[in-house]
Amino acid sequence: MSFVFYILAAITLAGGLAAVLLKNMVHCALAVSIAFAGLAFLFLGLDAQFAGFAQILVYVGAVAILVVFAILLTRSSDTPKDGGVFSRTWLAGLVVAAAVFAVIGWAVLSSVGGLPHEAAVPTVTVLQIGQALMGPYVLPLEIVALLLTVATIGAVIVAIHEKEDAK
Amino acid sequence: MTPLAGYLLVAALLFAIGLAGALTRRNAILVLIGIELMLNAANLNLIAFWRYGPHPEALTGMMFAIFSIAVAAAEAAVGLGLVISIHRHAQTADLDEMNRMKG
Repeated sequence: MSFVFYILAAITLAGGLAAVLLKNMVHCALAVSIAFAGLAFLFLGLDAQFAGFAQILVYVGAVAILVVFAILLTRSSDTPKDGGVFSRTWLAGLVVAAAVFAVIGWAVLSSVGGLPHEAAVPTVTVLQIGQALMGPYVLPLEIVALLLTVATIGAVIVAIHEKEDAK
Repeated sequence: MTPLAGYLLVAALLFAIGLAGALTRRNAILVLIGIELMLNAANLNLIAFWRYGPHPEALTGMMFAIFSIAVAAAEAAVGLGLVISIHRHAQTADLDEMNRMKG
């Protein structure tokens, strides 16, 4: 376990925690983009360069901007008048999340002995990834292309402004 | 502790944080952010198993993570579009106040 891993993990988890806990929604969007960037660097630390840069492009670049636009369009940046940002059933949610973490953490810790140790660094070039995407993974690639087209058109149609007389 | 176990624990913690955010926050956009955090934690698991698994040259976990990123981006676009549409209809993004399905 290297020192860099601990720093990156701490940044990622702190960003995630801040995104969930902060009151101002714009601060939450900033914190979640820090968490996304920390995850991208964790991917780079795992020698998955392509996934790391895709993570930066898609999440830090696109999803964070989308979230900021949605926050500003729905005027969620002002804190609610009654002050609370948590739901009425927050205690149940917290208990469920803690129980899920307990189960996953117990599963990981009880299987530590069977997990593989240091593995050789895989050398994966972008050429190999491209050939895999065009070879055995060409059908999922086409389906993702179709899904992204449908999702883009669908999002525009759902969010499009209805005229008052059309109702 | 092996490196893989460290990555798995970080992913589990991030998943729990995302789940807590999705279950406890009142604002619909924050719920979507929590779901994105959970998807990212799953991606970290996939990449970590790919890196320390027996056949990294097969690229299976990496491909799964890349497709998962693409699907999560589509999910974010549609989800935020829905939130904006609901906000226009009900003038709120507060989930505690959205208690009927009829418009």
